[in-house]
This record gives sequence, C-alpha cells and structure tokens, in this order.
Amino acid sequence: MSIVMSATTTDRWDEFMEGVWRQNPLFVMVLGLCPALAVTVSAINALSMGLATAFVLTCSALLVSLLRRMIPKEVRIATYIVIIATFVTVVDYLIQAISLALYDALGAFIQLIVVNCMILGRAEAHASKNPPGIAVINALGMSAGFAIGLFALGAVREILGAGTLFGISLFGSGFQPWVVMVLPPGGFFVLGMWLLVFAAWGRWRQRRQARQAEATRHA
Amino acid sequence: MSCGMNNTQTLPQMTPAVAMIRTLGLIAALCGVIIVAAYQGTYDAVQENKRIAVERAVFKVVPAAKSIVEYFALADGKLEKVGAGETAQSGAIKFYAGYDKDGRLVGIAAEGAAKGYADTVRILFAWEPATQQVPGFGVVSSRETPGIGDKIVLDKNFLANFPLEARLRADGQALAHEIQTVKHGSKANPWEIDAIAGATITSRAVGKAINDAAQILLPRIRPHLDTLKEKP
Amino acid sequence: MHESAAQVFINAFLANNFVLAMFLGLCPFIGVSGKLETAAPMGAATTFVMLVASLCAYGLNLLLAYFNLEFLRLIAYIVIIASAVQLVEMVLKKYSPGLFRALGIYLPLITTNCAVLGVALFQTAREYDFVQSVTFAVGAGAGFTLAIILMASVRERLQLSDVPSVAQGAALSFMLAGILSLAFMGFAGLGG
Repeated sequence: MSIVMSATTTDRWDEFMEGVWRQNPLFVMVLGLCPALAVTVSAINALSMGLATAFVLTCSALLVSLLRRMIPKEVRIATYIVIIATFVTVVDYLIQAISLALYDALGAFIQLIVVNCMILGRAEAHASKNPPGIAVINALGMSAGFAIGLFALGAVREILGAGTLFGISLFGSGFQPWVVMVLPPGGFFVLGMWLLVFAAWGRWRQRRQARQAEATRHA
Repeated sequence: MSCGMNNTQTLPQMTPAVAMIRTLGLIAALCGVIIVAAYQGTYDAVQENKRIAVERAVFKVVPAAKSIVEYFALADGKLEKVGAGETAQSGAIKFYAGYDKDGRLVGIAAEGAAKGYADTVRILFAWEPATQQVPGFGVVSSRETPGIGDKIVLDKNFLANFPLEARLRADGQALAHEIQTVKHGSKANPWEIDAIAGATITSRAVGKAINDAAQILLPRIRPHLDTLKEKP
Repeated sequence: MHESAAQVFINAFLANNFVLAMFLGLCPFIGVSGKLETAAPMGAATTFVMLVASLCAYGLNLLLAYFNLEFLRLIAYIVIIASAVQLVEMVLKKYSPGLFRALGIYLPLITTNCAVLGVALFQTAREYDFVQSVTFAVGAGAGFTLAIILMASVRERLQLSDVPSVAQGAALSFMLAGILSLAFMGFAGLGG
C-alpha cells in the first residue's frame, strides 16, 4: 500500500482514466464482446452487467494482487481462472438475491463473465505485477470504462429499438420502434458504429496533436 | 485467453511441486470458503425471491387465489407436496394449487413450453377444475421478436380465446379434444385457439405448450381432485 | 417439452446460431476470421473442444447433482474444460502429430472461449439429456464453423475493396457480422 500512499492524486487519477478512456476495454481494446452484445438490449440490463463485471474484476484484481508473490508462475493462469470463477459464482448468487427478474434477463451471461477475456487479461497483465492499491484503482477504471461502453450500447439500442430509456417512453405513441436494434443484428450494428466513432475521434485527436506539435516547433 | 495470451512460457526456475500443490490447495480452499459463504449468505433471500416470483406469477393467472401449495405429480400417479428448495425427480411435473381465503381450491397453475419463433416459449397456464377450462396464461420466458411475438399477451383478440376448454375424456386419460391453434379467423370450437395474424408460430407455441402439458398433467391430477379441494 | 436431436441440432446450428444470434465466441470470430485457411481449422478445433466439453460437463453435472453441490458448478466446469483441453492437446501431440500441427495452435485459445463454456452452461440450463447434449455441442460447433467460414470468405473479398480507412478493422467486421446475423434471422422458426 505504501506506493499508493506516496503516489500523487494525479497518478491515481491517470491510472483510473487509463481504463475509462485511452484503453477503454470495449471500444479501444475490443474485449469482453459476448456480454457487450448479448445483454445490451436495454440500458438497465447493460448497467447491471457492467456492475456485475466491475465487482468480479475488482475483487479478483485485489486477490490476485495480494497473492501475487505466492502464486507459482507455472500454474498462474489456472489460479486466476479459479479466483475469477469464485467471484463470478458470488455475483451470480448476489444477483439472484437482489432481483430474480434481472437474473432471468441476464441469464447464462452472468456465469459467462468468467470467460470475459478482459478480466483474465487484467489479472495477468496488471494485477499480478502491481500492489493491491494500484491494481484496484486500475481495475475500477477498467470496470468504469467497460460499464460506460455497455451503457452506450444499451442506451442506443433501447432508444432506437423500443423508443424508451430505462423503461421510460421518450417519443410518445407516434414512434414506430426500430425493432431490429434490440435483436442480434442491431447489437453488431450499434457496436460497429461506436467503434467507428471512436476510431474517427482517435484519428482526429492524433491529427490535432500533430498540428500542435508543428505549431510549437515553428514558434 | 481467447484473446491471445500465451500460457506456455519457458521459465528460468521451476517452482517445486510440493510448493505448487500447497499454494494451489490454499487458494482452492480460500475460494471454496468464499463460495460457500456467498451461497449460505444469499440462500434465504434467493428462496424468498423465488417464492415471491412464483406467487406473483400464479396469482396473475389464478386471480381468485390467496395462497398457494406446490405439488409434484409423480409419474406413478401419486402426488407429493414440495418442500423448500426441493428438486423434481425424473418424470415428475410441478404444479401449483391456488386456494382462496377460505381454503377452497380455485385453480391449478402449471408450466408449459413449446418451440416458438426464436426460441422456446415458456408459459404458466391456469386450469379450473370446476369448469374444466383454461382461464388464461402468462409468459415465463420468451425470446420472441418484440412487437410481434409479445402480442400473445397484449392482443385483445388473442386473449379472447380464453377461457379455453380443456375437458378431460370420460376415462380421464387424456383431453376430450386436443387443444389446437387454428388459422386466424377460423376458430369454431371452444378448444381451439385463434392465431394472431402475423404471429402464427408464437400463437401455435402457446397452444402446443398448453396441450402438451395438460395432456400429461391433468390425467395425473384428476384422481386427486377431491383431496386437493381443501387446503391441507 | 422434449426436443428431438434434429431440432436441437438445427436450433444450435442455424436458428439460434451461437455466434450470430447468441453472441458466443466472438473473440475468435473477429480475431481469426481474416483468412479462410485459418478460419476452417479454427472452426474444426472449436467443434472438437465443444464436444469434449459437453461430454465432461454432462458427466460432471450428474456427479454434482448427486452430491448436491450445484453451487460449485461454474468453477468445476471451467476447471474440467481447461484440463480436458490440455489433455487432448497432449494426446494429439503424442499420437497424431499431423492433426496436432493443424489444430494445436488453436487449442489453448479455445480453452476459455465463451462459446465452449456456453455449450456446457446452456445444456445444463435446458436440462438436455445425453443425446441432446452431444447433438447440441456438434450443432453449436457446426454453427460456429459456418459463421467463421462465411465471415472469412467475405473479409477476404473485402481486402481488395475501397473501404474508408477509418472503418477498416473491427468496425467493418462488426457491420459485416450484423448483416450476416440479419440473414441468419431468416432461419428463425426452423425446426419447430
């Protein structure tokens, strides 16, 4: 923990924003696709899945980081999977205890969080090499980024496909819902569109940075 | 791992097997404790949620009911009351007997399932022993196309199919008339379901789900109707 | 309701295609569908692993149900699938080097592919019996193979097309997958 204590607030903020923005798991790294497409038929489902994944990711990052010196290198992947599966089972029961309707809506995809490559990737690439404080901050950032991504998908699909957001009607009765958006093809289309937006935005930012660098050189 | 992590690195020094097993055992034990704690900790809430969900669904299809008793109709014709958290043996069918506030049987509810357009449609339908009718049904789960398949619970003309006749044959071994879904506008008998135009497959799934379940369940229940009449 | 083996197969293969309708196995679907010659073996290897996983999960589920240990199901499934794949890999390496060279590099990738765990979880949730489980696994694998081969064929042709550079890569792949998925919706209601 000492590293966290000595680190400045900006460093921690940077570590957090890393996952939210620059390395957004969904739109930049394109990870965790099954849940991203399967459950995002409505904003509330998307957000719940985001929270469930956040819980698993943060808890497993913490445990992996705490145990990082103990876990033998040869069997580390198996260990990570067991740890992740444990927390997925926990979250599975928690959701059942909170709301069965939500549990039915998310279905088998709660259990499939265990094979979300984002989580295993974080355990391997980050949590196993960093102290608990930093690992948790990084995991929270990634979780936030993933949840934002899911919400962006879910909100667009629900607004276009059902004319509602969080179940509240937006356009009145005259709106003819664009049903395909809440069906499987809509998931692919909306994700493709978001990736396009992110790619275009990344390119625009690069060009602006290049221009700025040019300007400073001339000055 | 499916995203391209390599787990076959060559490592400079090997961890001894004993240490490896010890650590793995420790981690497995830790994980086991966490899982069991979560299972035990949420058990009551989960059971309570399930009970509420069942009650809500049954009260919707048997509106006169004030309390519910769950039964298994076993393959050998016996009935068995369901205890909390019990699971069905093979061949047993679960059904719910709904009682009014005086403890009189007002209706029976059971699940049925049939293949719909996108996936299996699961419904909970009610059956009134007094009139031998299916007064209505509710959807348990369905992945049917929104706006088309969900008409089965919204379309007024489709809901007008109920009450639907589900009378047992004199020998009690099967329904007197098989419940059938017919083309929109050609319903002629009280045991036929008039399909929704444009959602024929989903309508047919409802008919098939009720028929398949009723054909097996009702003959098993019939000999016990007298004992079921009063709340135990 | 009892589905016949044929219904289970058609359902997993076309009507509810694992990739295009259930969104399972998307990582390899997007990652390995660049070339037809890698896509086909990937599909074959996945089908094989699905079958192995399905058999293991079926046996394991009987065992867990017998001991009333359902809450350990997920962890047990994932561990047994990973071990089974490892074992298959070793057996192939020793007894069939040719097959191992063709499929070997894909096996570790598939171990924790969500489609494989999906087969195990869905067959349990739907209470499939032994025959249904096996046909379900084969159908799901065939569906995955079909989807990835179609995708690879389309992407090979697109390499020579003039696509705006910003749309190249993942964005374009998902748009394509959307169109394929739309086409597969035509199979809905089949085998009912």
